[in-house]
Amino acid sequence: MKREKTTKLVLTFATMTDAMAADSVLGSELGRIIPVPSEIHAGCGLAWCADPAKEEAIFEKIAAHHLTFEGKHHIALY
Amino acid sequence: MIYLDHAATSLPKPPEVLQAVETALQTYGGAGRGVHEAAMNANRNVFAARAAVASLFGFSPERVAFTANATHSLNLAISGLLGPGDHVISTALEHNSVLRPLYRLQQEGMELSIVPADQNGSLDYEQFERFLQPNTKAVVCTHASNVTGGILDLSFISTFCKTHDLLLIVDAAQTAGILPIDATLDGIDVLCFTGHKGLFGPQGTGGLCIRKGLDISPLIVGGSGTDSYAKTQPEDLPEALEAGTRNGPGIAGLLAGIQFIQRVGIENIKEKTDALRSAFIEGISSLPDIKIYGDQADPHVSIVALNIADIDASFVSHVLADEFGICTRPGAHCAPLAHEALGTKSQGVVRFSFGLTITEADVEAAIEAVHSIAKDH
Repeated sequence: MKREKTTKLVLTFATMTDAMAADSVLGSELGRIIPVPSEIHAGCGLAWCADPAKEEAIFEKIAAHHLTFEGKHHIALY
Repeated sequence: MIYLDHAATSLPKPPEVLQAVETALQTYGGAGRGVHEAAMNANRNVFAARAAVASLFGFSPERVAFTANATHSLNLAISGLLGPGDHVISTALEHNSVLRPLYRLQQEGMELSIVPADQNGSLDYEQFERFLQPNTKAVVCTHASNVTGGILDLSFISTFCKTHDLLLIVDAAQTAGILPIDATLDGIDVLCFTGHKGLFGPQGTGGLCIRKGLDISPLIVGGSGTDSYAKTQPEDLPEALEAGTRNGPGIAGLLAGIQFIQRVGIENIKEKTDALRSAFIEGISSLPDIKIYGDQADPHVSIVALNIADIDASFVSHVLADEFGICTRPGAHCAPLAHEALGTKSQGVVRFSFGLTITEADVEAAIEAVHSIAKDH
């Protein structure tokens, strides 16, 4: 099967605890934890990867739960 | 076996703690070291444990760092916040987990004042004010004596710290999971706890909770799972204080222990162990040769420290174990200044400590054993 790159929303974190807080709040419907892609830099090796179409829902939850993230990126990933 | 040594470590652990450890040993990878299924099992469990500790003590999850035990936490807090030129106030009721890190810093130039205790193990609270110096930076104290079980007046100490802008570092080894603790209400800056006593977790677990805005230098540095190319330890909590692979199975057991406490209720556990303690005291207090330590009018955790006449405490504890199958802790309990105050430096004391699984029949057996030993004497 040939893998193709598509644009993804990637959020990075300073700490694993911030990443896992996001994981516990956002859940599998709004994306998943991935290793930080080499194209970007982050303190923590865990990042949140999601369909960009879900960005609004994600940021509503981030605001509601006072989640902390380090950076927001749109990058092409497999 | 009748296990009356819960102040040393709680035993037996609830079945869910055993199950959680087993699950972790079979299905958890390294937390913070990957995103595959096994690593995420561990990541999610560590975060859930952090959140549970935070909720229990009134902190937020990112301010909870896991350690090996309360001693580790206290060393971290004391050496990470205090140093030469600072003055610290502590008490005569401290365990060596507080005293020895303080003594070590004292050798390096930190000043230390110890609030004395009387022969009942009660602190002279007026001394806090008298010991105050311009360079006083912190009060480091236990929440309850591990020898007598007497609970310190944390409200007084917290108000004193707040009034004089001092840090309050609390050793909750004997109270975490046993007394309700709210860091905000109690004015605690750093709360150091162990997992294997009142929280029903495995040995080798513990941690410290740090109020927002307070930075603590790490005790050890190394692998953090973050900022791998930096030559220095990342500064963000809690990972900054957790170099190396965490005790994932232990933390899983600790989480299960906390969930158990929350299900049963700290108040319910305390009500039961208080009743057991009272029944024990009532059963032995009529004996003429019994000396129970601590002012019993003051609030206590479920500990009773006693001696029978002038019999060596180690001998009494040995007879209790050998002839009656009753497990107690004799000796100095790593609290030298408390024993100096109580006048038990050479004799030691026999410490009985009660837990959730102890029955009234167990207490009756302990009462009869003490009567028997006293009678033989």
